[in-house]
Amino acid sequence: MIHDRYQLAFKLYPYARSADQDADAPVRHPVVVLGGGPVGIATALDLGLQGIPVVVLDDHEGIGQGSRAICFAKRSLEIAHRYGCGQAMLDKGIIWNLGKVFHDDRKVFEFNLLPEEGHRFPAFINLQQPYFERFLVERVRQAQAEGAPIEIRGRNRVDQVEVSDGGALLTVATPEGPYTIEADWLIGADGASSPLRGMMGLDFDGRVFEDSFLIADIRMVNDDFPTERWFWFEPHFKSGASTLLHRQPDGIWRVDFQIGWDVDRKTELQEENVRARLDAMLGDVEYEIVWTSIYTFQCRRMKKFRHNRVIFAGDAAHQVSPFGARGANSGMQDVDNLGWKLGAVIRGEAPETLLDSYDTERVHGADENILNSTRSTDFITPKSKVSHTFRNAVLDLAETNAFARPLVNSGRLSVPCTYDGSTLNTPDALEGGPARTRPGSPCPDAPVSDGFLLDGLGHGFKLLAVNTEVPQGALPVVSVSTESDPEGALAQRYLGDATTAVYLIRPDQHVAARWSSYDAQAVSEALSRAMGKV
Amino acid sequence: MTEMLLNTQPNIADPDGFYAELIAAHDGLSDEESQTVNARLILLLANHVGDREVLRAALKAARGD
Repeated sequence: MIHDRYQLAFKLYPYARSADQDADAPVRHPVVVLGGGPVGIATALDLGLQGIPVVVLDDHEGIGQGSRAICFAKRSLEIAHRYGCGQAMLDKGIIWNLGKVFHDDRKVFEFNLLPEEGHRFPAFINLQQPYFERFLVERVRQAQAEGAPIEIRGRNRVDQVEVSDGGALLTVATPEGPYTIEADWLIGADGASSPLRGMMGLDFDGRVFEDSFLIADIRMVNDDFPTERWFWFEPHFKSGASTLLHRQPDGIWRVDFQIGWDVDRKTELQEENVRARLDAMLGDVEYEIVWTSIYTFQCRRMKKFRHNRVIFAGDAAHQVSPFGARGANSGMQDVDNLGWKLGAVIRGEAPETLLDSYDTERVHGADENILNSTRSTDFITPKSKVSHTFRNAVLDLAETNAFARPLVNSGRLSVPCTYDGSTLNTPDALEGGPARTRPGSPCPDAPVSDGFLLDGLGHGFKLLAVNTEVPQGALPVVSVSTESDPEGALAQRYLGDATTAVYLIRPDQHVAARWSSYDAQAVSEALSRAMGKV
Repeated sequence: MTEMLLNTQPNIADPDGFYAELIAAHDGLSDEESQTVNARLILLLANHVGDREVLRAALKAARGD
C-alpha cells in the first residue's frame, strides 16, 4: 500500500498503469527524476524541452496542500520564463516592495526593495507554493502536447535503488504492485528527507537550530492591511519571540510565530491556541484559518551533489532556514545549472566531467545560502545572552542611527549566485566592464528594442554583441545596441566604461566569458572551456 | 601585526577624565542595563572605526588572544 503522507492541493497526475509495468525486462530510460516537487518538475521541463526523455516518479498523485514556500525571487521567475511559465506566475503573484521592522511596540525602520527598472520581473513575488508547482505542471502538459518526451507517474514510490557505474536499477511500488526500471541518470529531487539519499547511505550534515515556528495562513474578512512585509522582534503582543506577517494571493496572509524549542506540537496546533496568538496580534479582526503547521529547520548540505550517475538537487541536496527565501529559489537555480549540462552530456556534446561543475557551482551556491540564512537565524533567534544583548542594541540604535539599519537582519533575500572561480569561466577580458556581469554572473535583464534581453538568451550557448558586429558562425548571435535604451540600463549593466562588448552566454544565462571585440579563436576556446572540454 | 593596524599607544587626552566619564556613563544602571549600554557603545565605536582589519585586530586583542 502507498499511503498519502500529506493532503493534496491539486490532484494533477493520478496513478495510471505504465507499459513498463507489463514489460518482460526492466525498461531503460535516459533520465529518471525522483520527486514531483518544484525541483523535480522543473528538471523534467528543462530536459524535456531539450527533447531528452524524462520520467518523473512521485509517491503522490499531485501537489501537496499548504503554502510552504511563499516568496519567489526574480531569478526563479526568469528561469520559469525560459521554460514558458513565468508570466502565469507573475500574473497570479503579489508584488511587494515595502518591509517594516518592529521591536516590541516600536517601528525600528522600514525598507523598500526599490526594484531596479528595466527588468521583465520584479525582485520578488509572493505566491503559494502549490500555485508555483501547478504552473510548472501545466507547462509540462502543454510541452507534452507539443511533443516533449516527459512522463509524470503518480503514486509511484521508489523503494529500492541499485546504483552501478552505468546508472541505476529502481524498484517502484504502485497500487498494482511493484515493477522495475533502469535509468542512465537518476536525479534525486525528493526533498529534505530524501529517501534516495537514505537508500544510498549518504551524509547530510549541518547545524540544527533549536527553535520551532508556527505558521498560520489566514484569510481576513475585512482585508485592509497594506501589501507589506511586517517583521516583529519580541513583539509587544507576545505571540512569539519573533513574528512575520506577509500577504499572499487570494486574500491569504502568512503569519509565522517563533514559539521556542520545547513545545508540544499537538497542543500548539489546536485551533483555540493558534487563535489566541493571532487574536493577541491582530486585535479585533475577523479571520478564517486556512492552514497551520509547525516547522523546525536545519542548515546543512550533502558533501557532494553528484555521485557518478546519481545527482541530487534542491532540498534533497541542501537545506536552509526559511529566512531569506533561499530554499525553493536555490532549488530552481540547481535545475537551471543542471539541465543544460546533463543535456549536453547525454547528447554526447560534452564529457561527463562537465557535471562535476554542477557539483562545484551549486555547492558554492548552497554554501552562500547556508551562510546567509545561518546569519539571519542567529540574529532572529539569538542563542546566548550576549548575542541577545547585541541584537537588541542594534535594534535600539537602528531607530535613530542609520548605521545600525544594515545590521538588522530579518532575512537576506535570495539573489542568484555568481560562480566566481568556476572552471567553466574564461578570465575577464572586458576592460572597464561592470562587476555584476563578470564571468560566472547570472545575466541581469535589460530593456532591448524588441522587449527584454533575457528573452533572447539561454537554451543554447549565445554570443551577445553590444554595440558591435559579430559574424554569424557556430553560435547564434544576439545583437543589441545601447542606442535603443535611452535609460542606459543596458550600457550600465553590460558595458560599464567599455564602448563595445562581446559576451559568451551559457544556456542557463550565466556569463562564461567576455571581451571588448569578437575574436573567433578566443570564442572557440572559451566555448570549449564552458563545455568542460579543457 | 596587531600593533600596525590597531593603535594601542596612548591616544586619549586627559586619560583620567575619560575613565571617569566611562564609569559615570553607567551610574545608576543595573548590571543588565550596563550590558545594554556597553553593547550600544561597542557598536557606535565599531561603526566609527569602520575598518574591518582594525576591528578584527581589536576583537582579537580584547579576547587576549
